[in-house]
Amino acid sequence: MLGFLLLPAGQVLVGAFRDPEGGWTLDNLATLFDEPYRTAYRNSIEVSLVTALAGGFLGFMIAYSAIRDGTPRWLRSVFTTFSGVAANFAGIPLAFAFIATLGTIGIVTQLLADTLGWDPYDHGFSLFSKTGIELAYLYFQIPLMLLVISPAIDGLKREWREAAANLGATPAQFWLHVGLPVLMPSLLGAAILLFGNSFAAYATAYGLTAGGVSLVPITIGYLLSGDVLSNPHLGQALALGMFAVLAVMMLLYVPLQRRASRWSR
Amino acid sequence: MRRWIAPGAVVWLLVGAAYFLVPLVATLLFSLRRNETGACCTLANYGVILHDPQFWTNIRVSFVLALETIVISLLLLVPTVYWVNLKLPRLRPVIAFLAVVPFVVPPIVLVVGLLDLYRGTPDWFYAEPYGFLVVAYVIIAFPYIYFALDAGFRAIDIHTLTEASQSLGASWWTTITRVILPNVKAAAVAGALLTLAIVMGEYTIASLGAFDTFPVYIQYIAQNKAYPAAALTLLSFGITWAAMVAIALGGRRRQAAIVAGGR
Repeated sequence: MLGFLLLPAGQVLVGAFRDPEGGWTLDNLATLFDEPYRTAYRNSIEVSLVTALAGGFLGFMIAYSAIRDGTPRWLRSVFTTFSGVAANFAGIPLAFAFIATLGTIGIVTQLLADTLGWDPYDHGFSLFSKTGIELAYLYFQIPLMLLVISPAIDGLKREWREAAANLGATPAQFWLHVGLPVLMPSLLGAAILLFGNSFAAYATAYGLTAGGVSLVPITIGYLLSGDVLSNPHLGQALALGMFAVLAVMMLLYVPLQRRASRWSR
Repeated sequence: MRRWIAPGAVVWLLVGAAYFLVPLVATLLFSLRRNETGACCTLANYGVILHDPQFWTNIRVSFVLALETIVISLLLLVPTVYWVNLKLPRLRPVIAFLAVVPFVVPPIVLVVGLLDLYRGTPDWFYAEPYGFLVVAYVIIAFPYIYFALDAGFRAIDIHTLTEASQSLGASWWTTITRVILPNVKAAAVAGALLTLAIVMGEYTIASLGAFDTFPVYIQYIAQNKAYPAAALTLLSFGITWAAMVAIALGGRRRQAAIVAGGR
């Protein structure tokens, strides 16, 4: 089991520093900062940040709405079950579901064009762009957020809210001074998870744009499938770069986490 | 305590429901369109898929792959998790850490490493889905099966069960097959169903390794026949749905662990 897991990772690490003749080199890593790889990294990071923040916000609002007092219990189980499905519904089928919805002849596109006379494709929108990829990623990011943040929201005690209200606090003050600080460690953790989730995604973006938008996983896929005849170690260097970005996120996360959880216990 | 649902909650829940349902309804309508005119409604697109022998070949490959992955993973992990929980509890954090690694390593990175690592191995392994792909899928399934099993083993008192069984004269084999396994069956089934859903949807590694699995077939159809592709998409969604609902019905305790998949 150990060998299964660690050998491929080690292979990537070592391979990234090799040249085609088998010698050691830093050229592969240096190439990462040249075009088109620089754009791929920028796009990937941008898409991951946008979907982590938007998905995190929407997922949190929906999770809180499903859990808060007054919402019937069955609604919460419906949303949890649906989220379990949606968080796992990704890749090629998800991409095609969005093509059928918002593609050039998609149902919603045609509906907008026929009934409102407003064709989104005449107004700069395209599903086969960064925006389109972000919309599709949100389909699994929002439910993932809902699943991971729900236990934390359950931990917010009703007494705190009542105590705050008794002391004259408005709901906004409660959230600013009690709710959000208590939830902050979980929110940060969830945001990191969402970032990594969308940073690693390959199949959805590939199905949607067939490589039209340059993301790091898509670029690695190109190199591997031999569409571009080149140095296989470049793919390994790109993979190492992905590790590096995820590692930086973790490094940012640790001190933030420590600060955020300062006074919880 | 509120007696009625808050208006703000209604708005957000509607937004969430719409985001989830609109693409599905649109895909359904799309799959009912006529090939020549694009008008509603016909079931012909479903017929196209069901009469394509390639569909049956590929879905069978994916299904057998999933079964093989599940069997190998359970054979590897059930004894491991049992032994670690019983005799080596100090190793638990180490295994849990290892189990997180496949979460952190993106599949695209995994495939870079695996293709290189196994280059030069014999064709019956490297060029066959039942060889190379299963190795990759056992790695991907590791966290899902491990965490499901670990939760299952921790929910029962394995020390007492094991001691009771042995003091009645049962061998290790009898203890494991007659006492322990029936008690963790629900957890093993949950992990297996999750693995099934993941393997049936995994595209990255299969396509880059040039294997003909179910998701690769969906992508092929999506590029060539738009309306039948919508029918296939719904079918694939149905598989994920069936697996998740089966898990939810089987064990209501650990829903939060059901996360992520083919991406």
